[in-house]
Amino acid sequence: MEITFKLYATLSRYLPPEAKKHAVKITISAEDTAFSLLDKFNVPRESAHLVLLNGIYLDPDERNKPAFKEGDTLAIWPPVAGG
Amino acid sequence: MAWTRKVLRINLTNGSIAEEPLNMDWAMQYLGQRGLGTKYLSEEIDPKCDALGPDNKMIMITGPLTGTMASTGGRYSVVTKSPLTGTIACSNSGGFIGNEIKCAGWDMIIFEGKSPKPVYLYLENDKAQLLPADEMWGKSVWETDEIIHKKHQDPLIRVACVGRSAEEGCLYAAIVNDLHRAAGRSGVGTVMASKNLKAVAVRGTLGVGNIKDPMGFLKATNEGKQVLKDNAVTGEGLPQLGTQVLMNVINEVGAMPTKNMQDVQFEGSSKISGEAMHEPRESDGKANLTTNAGCFACTIACGRISTIDQGHFTVENKPEYWGNSGGLEYEAAWALGSDTMVDDLDALTYANFLCNEDGMDPISFGSTVAAAMELFEMGVITKEQTDGMELKFGSAEALAWCAEVTAKGEGFGKDLGLGSKRLCEKYGHPDLSMTVKGQEFPAYDPRGIQGMGLTYATSNRGACHLRGYTVSSEILGIPEKTDPLSTEGKPELVKAFQDATAAVDSAGICVFTTFAWTLEDIAPQIDAACEGEWTSESLMEMGERIWNMERDFNIAAGITGDMDTLPKRLLKDAAKTGPAKGKVNNLDEMLPKYYEVRGWTQDGVPTDETRARLGL
Repeated sequence: MEITFKLYATLSRYLPPEAKKHAVKITISAEDTAFSLLDKFNVPRESAHLVLLNGIYLDPDERNKPAFKEGDTLAIWPPVAGG
Repeated sequence: MAWTRKVLRINLTNGSIAEEPLNMDWAMQYLGQRGLGTKYLSEEIDPKCDALGPDNKMIMITGPLTGTMASTGGRYSVVTKSPLTGTIACSNSGGFIGNEIKCAGWDMIIFEGKSPKPVYLYLENDKAQLLPADEMWGKSVWETDEIIHKKHQDPLIRVACVGRSAEEGCLYAAIVNDLHRAAGRSGVGTVMASKNLKAVAVRGTLGVGNIKDPMGFLKATNEGKQVLKDNAVTGEGLPQLGTQVLMNVINEVGAMPTKNMQDVQFEGSSKISGEAMHEPRESDGKANLTTNAGCFACTIACGRISTIDQGHFTVENKPEYWGNSGGLEYEAAWALGSDTMVDDLDALTYANFLCNEDGMDPISFGSTVAAAMELFEMGVITKEQTDGMELKFGSAEALAWCAEVTAKGEGFGKDLGLGSKRLCEKYGHPDLSMTVKGQEFPAYDPRGIQGMGLTYATSNRGACHLRGYTVSSEILGIPEKTDPLSTEGKPELVKAFQDATAAVDSAGICVFTTFAWTLEDIAPQIDAACEGEWTSESLMEMGERIWNMERDFNIAAGITGDMDTLPKRLLKDAAKTGPAKGKVNNLDEMLPKYYEVRGWTQDGVPTDETRARLGL
């Protein structure tokens, strides 16, 4: 299946060159998890603080379980804040 | 230094200048800045007074950690009654002038009355003079700063002043210090201009002293700095991307107020984000962002310093805008961008520069432009009012034009200077104003972040994110993650954030430290600096005392519980996209419980027991 994978802020450097606007379309298997995708892009798991699946926060204990369906968007940030 | 124990009182009506001792009983109860300033104001003015009349007072006040080596210890606040909301106003600014006031030997400056002619205060340690400001009246912030520096031939003078927008009566005018830092919200600059006070110029050379336990203070502040350095947000994220890192986050979670809050996601958000500020422009190959910057004593340095492409339509043949200035910060980028649907980063930067140059709150300005755009697209406002300008959502030209005419108070700029509430009332559509108690919303749609709805509705200065930033918990997971779409536990969460923030706002340090520090990190620094015993518990209690005191001020001013609400759009019209799709803000599920946890009546009035418990 194909999903959109986004890395922001200081994690942007782990995106492949073909990424546009911090996003890249990737093909994944049904067994893939948030952690397995992080590993695939060499993103240190401990750097992924804010993990949003279709905009909804993915609890740390959900990140090791398959959770994706076709067309999903996974967006990931390190710890960030502002205001 | 901790308190200097000196107050400078200036009567602008008769020109008298007097020194008086700081009321130490109040300092022990309210610490400094927001708390202590509000105590003085509450004791000295009638909350029902005309905010722009001579009976209102304006207090510029530091905190005990201002001017010390505590990280971010350079803050000061302006406390007065707001002309925008009629509530208490307390606007907090960084930069360098807070330290300068403290180093000149003063905890606070109280301005009362109204000068018969334009004046500015020149303060050099004990020497305080009111000097004629005729040559700078009608000038911008940037021009005024330059005139003062040339006149006194001292590059180290720090200046806080108002621009042309304040003189022209813009109700959300700011007081800008150090060219681009601002006591920005609630129209404190409008109050200053109403007193014919153009600027406060300060040179302080008395240095730092009066620390209760110098060695203990050194230890506590060093430990605090280490915490900030080691934290991923304050040590890396904020210096690199600034507050603007939030643009993509808030859009992704579906809480990005867009098109005068008709929508909750903005397609152009990535083009105006913190990341985009780093990227080379197609036009000239240079990035919008020049560098980050820190305020006095800050070890975070989240500030953005930017430039506009010299060929951009906003600054073509205008070399005065080819240099650096402050911004964009997230709140400004949202209001000027997403809410007006303008995704041209340099156009937003230009509008923000004008807000710096002439002292306007970019949140209220951008939000008011968005309301005007909605009225224009409805045909209520026409080209007749706008001098032929097509005031359409997404138009960078319209945004730039609005900034120019509002900064100078020209033509339709006078209408925009009214703020969203009065503009929408004037044109017969009060429901289209996205405000609480007359103040425009910041950058978080409460349909997607439920706790922020309660925060906005109950904020003592109208819609505001700096009175309780539950975004930190609901979205960012700091200190712990809560569900943004649930109302459960939010009354308690909102109260905790409100009280803790009131304490931090009274200390002389920046609220951004709290992304890494808790009150457990802050209390030892205050305790080592100040007499008395300061713990995280006593600071929380003080924060609650301040919150209730502000509430009492507002109630006495006629701002009552029935105004603790949100615009109909946010309570009735569901979000159309994103995780909050189908949701409104469920304020009614939170407000009664909030009153209960606050110890207030069901009408939102602090009970006698609550007042007694807090020593009010």
